[in-house]
Amino acid sequence: MSDSIVSRRRAIALAGVGVAGVAGAAAVGGALVKGASAEEPHPVEGAVGFTGEHQAGIVTPAQDRLHFVAFDVITKDRERLVGMLKDWTTAAARMTAGRDAGEIGAVGGIPEAPPDDTGEALGLPPSALTITVGFGPTLFRDATGKDRFGIAARRPEALADLPHFAGDRLDEAISGGDLCVQACANDPQVAVHAIRNLARIGMGVVSVRWSQLGFGRTSSTSTTQATPRNLFGFKDGTSNLKLEETELLREHLWVQPGDGPEWMTGGSYLVSRKIRMIVETWDRSSLAEQEMIVGRRKGSGAPLGKTGEFEEPDLDARGADGEPVLAVNSHVRLAHPNTNGGARLLRRGYNFVDGSDGLGRLDAGLFFVAYQRDPRKQFVPIQRSLSRSDEMNEYLKPVSQALFACPPGVTGPVDFWGRALFS
Amino acid sequence: MRTTRILALAAVGVLGGALAACGGDKADDTAAGAAGGPITVKASDTACEVARNQTDAGTSVFTVTNGGNKVTEFYVYAPGDRVMGEVENIAPGLTRELHVELPAGSYETACKPGMIGKGIRAALTVSGSAAPLTDDAKLADATASYSRYVRSQTAALLPRTEEFVAAVKAGEVDKAKALFPVTRTYWERIEPVAEIFGDLDPKIDGREEVIEEGMEFTGFHRLEKDLWAAKPDVSQDGPIADQLLADVKEIVAKANAEKLSPLQLANGAKALLDEVATGKITGEEDRYSHTDLWDFNANIEGSKAAIASLRPVLEERDPALVKTLDAEFANVDTTLAKYRDGDGWKLHNTLSEADLKGLSDAINALAEPISKVAAVVSKK
Repeated sequence: MSDSIVSRRRAIALAGVGVAGVAGAAAVGGALVKGASAEEPHPVEGAVGFTGEHQAGIVTPAQDRLHFVAFDVITKDRERLVGMLKDWTTAAARMTAGRDAGEIGAVGGIPEAPPDDTGEALGLPPSALTITVGFGPTLFRDATGKDRFGIAARRPEALADLPHFAGDRLDEAISGGDLCVQACANDPQVAVHAIRNLARIGMGVVSVRWSQLGFGRTSSTSTTQATPRNLFGFKDGTSNLKLEETELLREHLWVQPGDGPEWMTGGSYLVSRKIRMIVETWDRSSLAEQEMIVGRRKGSGAPLGKTGEFEEPDLDARGADGEPVLAVNSHVRLAHPNTNGGARLLRRGYNFVDGSDGLGRLDAGLFFVAYQRDPRKQFVPIQRSLSRSDEMNEYLKPVSQALFACPPGVTGPVDFWGRALFS
Repeated sequence: MRTTRILALAAVGVLGGALAACGGDKADDTAAGAAGGPITVKASDTACEVARNQTDAGTSVFTVTNGGNKVTEFYVYAPGDRVMGEVENIAPGLTRELHVELPAGSYETACKPGMIGKGIRAALTVSGSAAPLTDDAKLADATASYSRYVRSQTAALLPRTEEFVAAVKAGEVDKAKALFPVTRTYWERIEPVAEIFGDLDPKIDGREEVIEEGMEFTGFHRLEKDLWAAKPDVSQDGPIADQLLADVKEIVAKANAEKLSPLQLANGAKALLDEVATGKITGEEDRYSHTDLWDFNANIEGSKAAIASLRPVLEERDPALVKTLDAEFANVDTTLAKYRDGDGWKLHNTLSEADLKGLSDAINALAEPISKVAAVVSKK
C-alpha cells in the first residue's frame, strides 16, 4: 500500500479489491489526497489536526480515553535522539490522521518483513487521536548534574524540580521521566496503538519508564462539553480553563515570548500526578460530609450556597450558624484562584482503575494532568494549599508525579518535536 | 514452538535447499601443503601462540594443543567476527585439528581459555587471488558458513552432554551442577536449528509447564530440578539421563545434516533474541539453577554467528543495517559483561529489577534491527 494517505478504515474497505483496486480508486476518485509525513492537505473526518502553533491534545476537547507514557532516554547519542523525535513526529502525523504508523503499514509489506505498524487500529477511525510530547527536567541534566545532550543551558527555569508536598509518598519507579507522550482518543485501542508504535520506534533510544491508562475524562476543556465525574462521584473540572477562553489561555496556559528560552514559546508545562483514591472509605461517608469536603453539591455540581453548576463559589458567604458555607478546608476553596493569587490550570485528568489490590479494594483513582504557563506560579502554590489542608486528603494517596515541558506545535513537514530545542 | 513453525515455513522459501554447501570441513591438503603445512597453535590459559601469521588462500590446517588447565576453543574470524572455522571443547592436554577454507583477506585467530570472552586474538593474513563472490555465491557461502558453525557446536554438545549425563548417573551432584550451564551453552547457541525438529525440542529442553498430558517431564530441566532440589536426589534419574543423551545424539545427527536457507539464518538470529526476551530475562528458563545468563549469552553468540554468516550479503545490500547491528551487539555485550562472574555468570536471582531492565532494553535495541534482516536477505 506504500505511502498512500488512505485512512485505516478506508484501506480496509478497499483491501477487498486488492492493491490494484486501491490505486484505481485513488486515481478515479481523486478524493484521496496525496501527501507525506507531517503534511495535512485535507482534514480527515474524525481527525484532530496535527500541526499548528500549539500541540494538539491540550485544549483539544478532552477525549474519553488516555494512554500516557514516560520514557527514559537510554542512548548517549544526541543524533539518535533527534532522529527518533523526527521519526516520532512523522509517525504521529500519520496516526492522528487515522493512518498506519509507517509507510508500509500493517499489511502492505513483503511476507518476510515485520510490518511497520502493529495493526490493532486497522479499521478504526482516527477517533480524535492526539499525541502530545513533553521533555522532563532529567533530559537536560541527569541526577549527577551531567549535561546529557548539550541542552542544559536551554532548560527553562520554569522546569524546576517540583518540591515535596506534605503527605506525598511517591514511587520513584512511576514518577518522572526524560520524555513523555500523552495519547488521547475516543477509542482506547487507538490510544494504545499510538503509544505502542511510538515505543517500538524508540527502542534503543528510549525505554518505557512507566505508563498509565485512563478510561474516562475527568475534565472538560471546552464549553461544548458536559462536565464529567470522577470516581468520588462528583463533577470535576467545572471551573477549568477552556478552549474558548483565548485571553485566559494566553495568561495561564501558553508560554509567552520572554517567559524563558524561546524554544518553549507557544508550549505549556505539564504536571501529572497519579492519585489513588480510597473509594471504599469514601463511599461510607455521608452525603453531607462528601459535599462539605468537595464544596459542591454531588448532583448538580453547584458550589455550596449556589444552585447552578457554573455559578462562582462565594468564598465569603456564611451560614446561619456563622460558619463559612464553603468549609475552610474544602477542596473548592483551597483550589480556587482567589486562594492562590489568581493561579489557574488547564486540567486534563482521567479516571483509572488498575484492577484490585491485594486487600480486594479497587486500585482506582485519578490520573491528574494539568497544563500551565509556569508551574512555579500555578501548580505548586495550588498543590501546597491542597496538600496542607484539604479534607479530601484522608481519602487520597498520591503515588506518582512528573513534570514535562511540552514544546509548541509542529508547524509543517520539515518541522519536528524539539527542533528548536535541538537546533 | 513458534520458532519451529516460522523456520518450517522458511524451509520452502526461495533459496532453501537450492544451494549446495561450499567450503566446509573437507580437507584440501594440497592447498594446505602449498601454504607451508599445518599451522601449530600452542594454547594455554593466558597465551595463544600461532606459529605463522600469514598463509595462502585455500584450505589451512591448524593444529591446536591445549597446554593450559582450562578447556579452550580456537577460532578463525573474518571481519565482524564471522566464524570461518572453530574447534570447541579442547580439554587440557588435547590436540585438535581445524581445517578451514580461507579466501584471501584479513582474519583473526583466537583462543578462548575457559570458553569465554573475545579470546586471545592475533591477526592472520591470507594472500592469493580469489574471484569476488557473486550475490548468490555470497548467500551460498552464508549457509555454508553457518553449517560449519552448527557442526562446531554439535561437536561440543555431544561430549559435554555425555559428561553431564555420566555425572548425573554417578550421583556426582556438584560435578553435574557445574556441567549443566556449560553443556547448555552449546545447545542454546543453535537452539533455533534444534527447534526445527519439533518433538525433540520439548523432550530435551521442555520446561515443566509445557509438558502435555501423557508426556513425561524429561530432559535438561527435569535433571536441573532434581539437582537443585533442597535435598538433591538423582538416584532415580538414570533413565532420564540416558534418554537425554539419546535425544541429543539424534538431534546432533539431524542438525548436522540439515541445510538451512539464508532466510532461516535471519529468522534464527531473531528467534534467539526472542528466546532471551521471553525466557531468559524473566528467569523462567533455568528457574531451579538460576543459570539463565549462561543461556542468555549463548543465545546472543548464536544470533551473532548467524548474522556474521550473512554479513557479506548484508554489507552489500544494507551497510547501514550492518553498522547498527554491530553497535547494538556491542551494546548487549557491554551490558551483559557487567554480570560476569569468573568464567561464568552471576545467577539470575541476584540481579535487580533495574539490572534486568537494562538487559531488556539492550535486547530490544538489537532485536528491532535484527527483525529487518530477513527482508534484506530475501530481496532479490
